[in-house]
Amino acid sequence: MLSQDLNTILPEIVLSLFAMGALLGAVYTVKDRAAPLLVWITSGLFVAVAFWIGTTGQGTTTAFNGMFVDDAFARFAKVAILLSAAAVLLMSQDYMQKRDLLRFEYPILIALAVVGMMMMVSAGDLMSLYMGLELQSLALYVVASLRRDSIKSTEAGLKYFVLGALSSGLLLYGASLTYGFAGTTSFAGIIEATQDDVSLGLLFGLVFLSAGFAFKVSAAPFHMWTPDVYEGSPTPVTAVFATAPKVAAMALFARVMHDAFGNSVGDWQQIVAFLSVVSMFLGAIAAIGQTDIKRLMAYSSIAHMGFALMGLAAGTAFGVQAMLVYLAIYVAMNIGTFAFILSMEKDGMPVTNIASLNMYSKREPLKALAMLVLLFSLAGVPPMLGFFGKFYVLQAAYEAGLAWLAVAGVVASVIGAFYYLRIVFFMYFGAEHDDHLDTGGSPVLWGFLVASATVMVIGVVNLFGIEPLAAAASVALVN
Amino acid sequence: MTPLVIAFYAFAVSTIAGGLMTVVSRNPVHSVLWLILAFLSSAGLFVLLGAEFVAMLLIIVYVGAVAVLFLFVVMMLDVDFAELKAEMARYMPLALVIGVVLLMQLAIAFGVWGFADGVETRLAQPFTDAENTKQLGLVLYDDYFLLFQLAGLILLVAMIGAIVLTLRHRTDVKRQNIVGQMMRDPAKQMELKDVKPGQGL
Repeated sequence: MLSQDLNTILPEIVLSLFAMGALLGAVYTVKDRAAPLLVWITSGLFVAVAFWIGTTGQGTTTAFNGMFVDDAFARFAKVAILLSAAAVLLMSQDYMQKRDLLRFEYPILIALAVVGMMMMVSAGDLMSLYMGLELQSLALYVVASLRRDSIKSTEAGLKYFVLGALSSGLLLYGASLTYGFAGTTSFAGIIEATQDDVSLGLLFGLVFLSAGFAFKVSAAPFHMWTPDVYEGSPTPVTAVFATAPKVAAMALFARVMHDAFGNSVGDWQQIVAFLSVVSMFLGAIAAIGQTDIKRLMAYSSIAHMGFALMGLAAGTAFGVQAMLVYLAIYVAMNIGTFAFILSMEKDGMPVTNIASLNMYSKREPLKALAMLVLLFSLAGVPPMLGFFGKFYVLQAAYEAGLAWLAVAGVVASVIGAFYYLRIVFFMYFGAEHDDHLDTGGSPVLWGFLVASATVMVIGVVNLFGIEPLAAAASVALVN
Repeated sequence: MTPLVIAFYAFAVSTIAGGLMTVVSRNPVHSVLWLILAFLSSAGLFVLLGAEFVAMLLIIVYVGAVAVLFLFVVMMLDVDFAELKAEMARYMPLALVIGVVLLMQLAIAFGVWGFADGVETRLAQPFTDAENTKQLGLVLYDDYFLLFQLAGLILLVAMIGAIVLTLRHRTDVKRQNIVGQMMRDPAKQMELKDVKPGQGL
């Protein structure tokens, strides 16, 4: 019995053992000088595990009395998490080494955070959900304040920690109300208990749980931490925040809503739809006044999470499919965008001011073009891939009878297009000035930027075949 | 009123009083002492619930370790609590409104509280009739093996995090060189010089 269970969570075990082994190895040998090598090994392992999960996983297996679920949905999310974490880790190496930030604990903490995320998307019980969530969050709190000499970075870490603890408290309160109603913490038991009418108390539990999740996915009105944390953290860490944890938290949200509360879709649909519409509008409007590109990306991620939540709000299998496709596209876009932001520097110092991009196209035509494609995709301009992601969730919302939500989404995306296009304007038609950004830069960043932009263009052919995978994943979750 | 009910009300009142005084008392050291009272009374409530293990844990961990740590921090850090309080007073009306609204909502929720069908059979899983400590021992490494291991990983992350954020390798301090100390050759450590009168070295 135990050996079967352990077999099911073998990928997680391998990653945790690797993290512990690497920690011991680095501490007893060359310490921080091992960091660049560790970054590459960790990324390689992420890719290998993603490949392993993607190719060998079949059907639905539960382990540890249903606390851990391995199904097509979990596998889709895990592959997305692992690949994006690997990409972001590789991108961060050059930047962190230049600023003397690359410590050997960094890849190890990221590996442990990824283990937490994998637990989150595979959770089949409120307790394993919370354990995965805390493992992920705790590791991310630490990397947020990795630049401990900078006030902004430590403030980012502290803010993230305090507000994260508050949201965990909300989530736990919701979990205890749910447990009080159903008498069990396992999702299978909760869905069984909610077959008939649900009591008002359970609804309170549902609301508190949703508030906790909304914090983790940085959906408005629980987004307050996002801009400050994104701005204060070192840029590679910001890139981490914007990709893998978002996928994990959204997948977790979807899993709890469908696996545990699948019988009361009508009850949580309005909550998720509200979060979605507020996030889309807040992300679109508040980003307009930003001059710092990292803050802008924070608001952009809030708006994008609003769109992903729209897919969840549909409450159907197609909605979950749309959400997964949207998340995959969102992560691919963000990897490229952050590769660009990481390469923005002047005299070797990182620059995040948007105005520094004035007339960038004259000096770096190829990078400017790649960024143009990515920004168009982020804004959802056809024929880039981002448009299809938005189209997908809008269609899901419309088919589920939430036409008002779809209309609101279109309006918000038109408002949001302004600030993406403003950067394009700066790059191509901005004022001429002498404050040039450095040209050139790391080949890794350049590679990721161009690859991501290429994906945005040629992905429109068949979305690289993720559509049937997402469909299979959503069917595994919603039934 | 049975003794049980009297005990419940006594513990409940002192828990709430302790919590309230933690927030309003002027001296931070008094706040911590009130907090300890709140912990102790809630431990009493847990005993009444039949959760004696949690009660002991609360006393050992929270009173024994956490509260004492608080006490040290409060005494050692020079935090101007008066200023913090003044800041807090500015937001007091808003906080009160939100608190009252929340309280009323919770009253509504618990007023019409209903349990799901079959809650009792599900609650019984996976426990037996043995006493707390034995039950925990039975499930912790068995049913909850995964959670136990994950908790270990979380603690590992906490430890790594604490070291990453605080450890500094300072180069300008002299450290003890234990091997060097032990390998010293007594014969070479002292040199005798014959200093002639009226002359220096």
